[in-house]
Amino acid sequence: MAYVPLADRDHEMELHHPHTWIGKWVFCQDHKVIAIQYGSIAIFTGLVGLVLSLLFRMQLGFPETADFIDPSFYYQAVTMHGMIMVIYLLTALFLGGFGNYLIPLMCGARDMVFPFMNMLSVWVFLVSVIILMASFFVTGGPTGGGWTLYPPQTTLAGTPGHDMGIVLMLISLAVFIVATTMGGLNYVVTVLQYRCRGLTLMRLPLAVWGIFVATILALFAFPALLVAAIMMLFDLLLGTSFFMPAIIESGTPLDHNGGSPILFQHLFWFFGHPEVYIVALPAFGLVSDVLSVHARKNIFGYRMMVWAIIAIGGLSFVVWAHHMYVSGMHPYFGFFFATTTLIIAVPTAIKVYNWILTLWEGDIRLNAPMYFAIGFIFTFIHGGLTGLFLGNVVIDLPLSDTYFVVAHFHMVMGVSPVLVVFAAIYHWYPKMSGRMYHEGMAKLHFWCTFLGTYAIYLPMHYLGFLGVPRRYYALGSTDFLPASAQDLNTTITIAALFVGASQLLFLINIIWSLRSGPKAGPNPWGAASLEWQTPDTPPVHGNWGDSLPTVYRWAYDYSVPGAHQDFIPQNTPESEEPTVDAEHFDPDTDGSKADV
Amino acid sequence: MSFFKTITTKPWEKKGVIGGLDPEGAINAPNEKVALSVFLVVISVVFSLFTVGYFLRMELPDWQPLSEPGQLWFNTGLLVLSSVLFQWARNIVNSESSKHLTAAFIGGGFFAIFFITGQLVIWSNLQDAGYYMTSNPANAFYYLMTGVHAVHLLGGLWVWSKSSIKLLSGSEAKSLKLSVELCTLYWHFLLIVWIVLFAILSNT
Amino acid sequence: MALAVVVVLLVVGSIIFHFMQLYGGPWYFTELAADWGTIDFTINVTFWVTGFVFVVANLFMAWCVYKFRHKDGQKAVYEPENHKLEIGLTVFTTVGVIAMLAPGLFVWAQFVTVPEEADQYEVLGSQWQWQFRYPGADGQLGAADVSHVTPANPFGINPDDPNGQDDVVVNEPNMHLPVNRPAHALLRSHDVLHNYTVTQFRVKMDLVPGLVSYLWFDPTVEGTYDILCEELCGIGHFVMRGSVTVESQAEFDAWLASQPTFAETQAISEPDMAAGQAAYAICASCHGAQGEGNQALNGPKLAGQGAWYTERQLRYFQTGVRGGEGDTLGAQMTSMSMTLADDAAIRNVAAYIESLPDTPLDPTVTGDVENGRKIYQANCAACHLDDGRGTWYTDAPSLAGMSDWYFVTQISNFGAGIRGLHPNDHYGEQMVAMATAMSNISEIEDVAAYINTLR
Repeated sequence: MAYVPLADRDHEMELHHPHTWIGKWVFCQDHKVIAIQYGSIAIFTGLVGLVLSLLFRMQLGFPETADFIDPSFYYQAVTMHGMIMVIYLLTALFLGGFGNYLIPLMCGARDMVFPFMNMLSVWVFLVSVIILMASFFVTGGPTGGGWTLYPPQTTLAGTPGHDMGIVLMLISLAVFIVATTMGGLNYVVTVLQYRCRGLTLMRLPLAVWGIFVATILALFAFPALLVAAIMMLFDLLLGTSFFMPAIIESGTPLDHNGGSPILFQHLFWFFGHPEVYIVALPAFGLVSDVLSVHARKNIFGYRMMVWAIIAIGGLSFVVWAHHMYVSGMHPYFGFFFATTTLIIAVPTAIKVYNWILTLWEGDIRLNAPMYFAIGFIFTFIHGGLTGLFLGNVVIDLPLSDTYFVVAHFHMVMGVSPVLVVFAAIYHWYPKMSGRMYHEGMAKLHFWCTFLGTYAIYLPMHYLGFLGVPRRYYALGSTDFLPASAQDLNTTITIAALFVGASQLLFLINIIWSLRSGPKAGPNPWGAASLEWQTPDTPPVHGNWGDSLPTVYRWAYDYSVPGAHQDFIPQNTPESEEPTVDAEHFDPDTDGSKADV
Repeated sequence: MSFFKTITTKPWEKKGVIGGLDPEGAINAPNEKVALSVFLVVISVVFSLFTVGYFLRMELPDWQPLSEPGQLWFNTGLLVLSSVLFQWARNIVNSESSKHLTAAFIGGGFFAIFFITGQLVIWSNLQDAGYYMTSNPANAFYYLMTGVHAVHLLGGLWVWSKSSIKLLSGSEAKSLKLSVELCTLYWHFLLIVWIVLFAILSNT
Repeated sequence: MALAVVVVLLVVGSIIFHFMQLYGGPWYFTELAADWGTIDFTINVTFWVTGFVFVVANLFMAWCVYKFRHKDGQKAVYEPENHKLEIGLTVFTTVGVIAMLAPGLFVWAQFVTVPEEADQYEVLGSQWQWQFRYPGADGQLGAADVSHVTPANPFGINPDDPNGQDDVVVNEPNMHLPVNRPAHALLRSHDVLHNYTVTQFRVKMDLVPGLVSYLWFDPTVEGTYDILCEELCGIGHFVMRGSVTVESQAEFDAWLASQPTFAETQAISEPDMAAGQAAYAICASCHGAQGEGNQALNGPKLAGQGAWYTERQLRYFQTGVRGGEGDTLGAQMTSMSMTLADDAAIRNVAAYIESLPDTPLDPTVTGDVENGRKIYQANCAACHLDDGRGTWYTDAPSLAGMSDWYFVTQISNFGAGIRGLHPNDHYGEQMVAMATAMSNISEIEDVAAYINTLR
């Protein structure tokens, strides 16, 4: 089969137009519906992870009140919280949710290349979530071995969930990897092959670049987790000794011999570090677009931004052992991995500079998505800089396994990406639903989340300096921890409860606005990229009506000198630049204004 | 245009349609083939990581090399034949005449089934001879790596069986051209993986 | 507008908070007690570099938000890129990175190179205890391996290795070190990953089963410091504690001489059952002729308890570790334990008690067995095992078939801090923490009721 010319593509793709409710919302092959399914499952799972975190924070902050939390449940909650947030919320939401929604729209395609496989992907993802949740109901409960699942600990009697919980966790991860691979192949091929006429790679919005590179990372990094999971299952169920050395379990020697626990850590982090960027790169991309649109200015240094995404993606495969400085691996590795880790700071810093320089001399509309985007820059600077402490191998000696680590990675890959998630949901909500969210409630949500999380994590760094170890059910009595460390823990818990509760604002806003939000119009922000130029809002199945768009310019033609309005859509030919100023959504004239 | 050249262009400078009907940078091949190629890279990563694990684990003192049975050579021959038949099917489907297509395509799959059967025989022989998975990591790796390879082959056979049914029920050869090509690509890939695995397993 | 102000306030607030901690606040690095000032120096360099970027980048961003916020008639400037500026920023960042990395690598080279004059000692981690071993007169540690581990040889020292005979074994989680002598810790684990951390020494390293890892430091300040496990090692992770005392060479030598060598621990004679039986006569009045216990006299059942546990408790009563304030019934045992003259007498009577027939007692406590099962299996079984028989390995006594009323009293005592908080009760403190798994008396009774089903 020769290559199908683009003009014929409209006919090539057979879209399945479903007529029943089930066909439209359950077994649907439309990338937009699949995106919403992916996103909803991820957010629901994330809510479970959030509640778990509030429960174990109760134990840490109010050990007397929270006497219903025993050590066993504490470790299970900590473990499940970590795994859910990293894998089942953030990875699934960025790739399966935003990737699915935005890639075909931003590429000017009708759908993903393989819509049926796309549908399978979301269903397999749901199966993995169900298996994960099932572990709450089996004997022994879910695994409590920490989200890193280090053997031999996770499989021994001294760890909660060492019998069924860990098996279900490993199986769930394997199933999740199948889902990600199916989705990932789709995203990569769609970006390569289904861009519309005139849409060169360098005309793509950075959101697509971020998701594209992150998908490639996911395709190459998740196999390491799969390999580790398979080998661990062999050790666990078939009695092999890949990771299991000769050890004693509760006084009884086991039959294992000679295995290497550090081998597991290498495999895990060979996946685990790229995983950080699987979450971060889509966030970088999405926030770049939000900043650019609301600053009415092109993203500053687009080429550098693309190079940085590629450089970070490549480097992320050669820094993994910085999670293992104190693991007992050969200490000479420390020199290499400290160097590569600090090198990765350079392209990351460039991205930060360029975001700020995008604001410089802009025409900044302080809409809710912009609040979240600017909040992201602040938290990301904070989290990125603390990473320079931990990446520098000797500073990791005092700080690793303390609350400093917890605070660092929550700033950089918890709070920051989540702020982007909110920015992106508010930003694309009008396109997805056809209605505006409630601006005031969204801003209130921003203030609660932004200030609340900083109140959680800034003090937590200092607990880490003090030497408070992570994953302690109770601090107990020590000579060096002042009693006020517990007070700080209590404060942090109060802030966490506040942040947790304030997420209701988001849920209420999103659900309420679906029916009652004001109608949004096709392009309320005056954005130039393709997804805002669809003939219908929300876009219907097939996205583009009768014919596919043609792209004449990059995605960032904002405030072009000589143009009559401050943005030129990507599909506007040079000769037809519009002359009428489009109406922007302006929070200042919006009735729901609430600049708290 | 090279990738490096692509990413150094200044996209804001040039307006208008760039490229022809194809988007610049798209690969001139069916999408399924592009997807399969990416997937093959992913599988390569899986097998590479097993291999890296194998070599790292080998360094530890309790390793006792497993002497691989001679029957593996016979099995390798089966898999080579399987690949050859698929290649033949691919050549047929690209030419005008579609004679022997059924024989070549379905025969190729059957030799793959023979290969898997042969692998199963070796496993049970090893078990009978006392080479248990738990007795030594070299044994465990043998079972693990050959097992994962066989699972991938089974996945291919599933696709092959669907195409075979179409072929037998009289579908036109042309409509199966892509399936035959993809199967052939996948089979050659798994043959290469097998030869590499075989070389590693029998030389260590 | 508000956003710009808030960002400025957060930057200023963060700096104020930081300097408050730096100068006397309670939440900053503990006083350094080892010669790792170089690590603290690297931290300070990193603080200055990152702090500068944090302040400048955020203040500039806030200023942009303020200055370029939308006003009527405003239009953004069209500037796709400024390559010179970007290159400049890249160079500036690279310089900053080098400034932080260079001292870091330099100090790391120090850390990975152990000075030749450093004294070796071994740290052994197991769920959930620390133990220590010193090389003895020959300066060499004997070979050790999981396969040699027995209750009498918890380190798994190879009995045939002549280097191991004079090794000094410290079977409790407290170790000593001489001040101003570089110490080279060899780290070993018998089960899972652990991590040997003394916050004041700044360095830490994992203990990995199957290999020996290491770290070194030069303790400079005398004092006693906490040892914490900082790698998740199971449910008892947070109670895996120990201490290290840094003292003068003379004090250290005296302490080391008072500890037994491996050969001495292996040479202990078999217990004398006849002597044990004779000594038990006085115990029988409260604990019953067959060690079956007597609730009326508050004497718990002893038969069925491992000798190692009975020995330890007798020593605790003798030295006042148990039977202190609030434990009136325990105080009775203090005087009774004094009737045992020496270690040999304690061993004899404990061995005799272990030999008595273990007949499970009839339940006296009732409760919700199902709830008890849940709590027990989730929290208690990790040490006391699924069958409730306990094991020396986790320092957990047998519970199954023992006096259930005594279980209730003791758990209540742990919960109330009456038992387990004495500084020399190295194992009781773990139970103080774990007893919180049962939040009230009725849950304790539930667990007791469940244990009654294990027989």
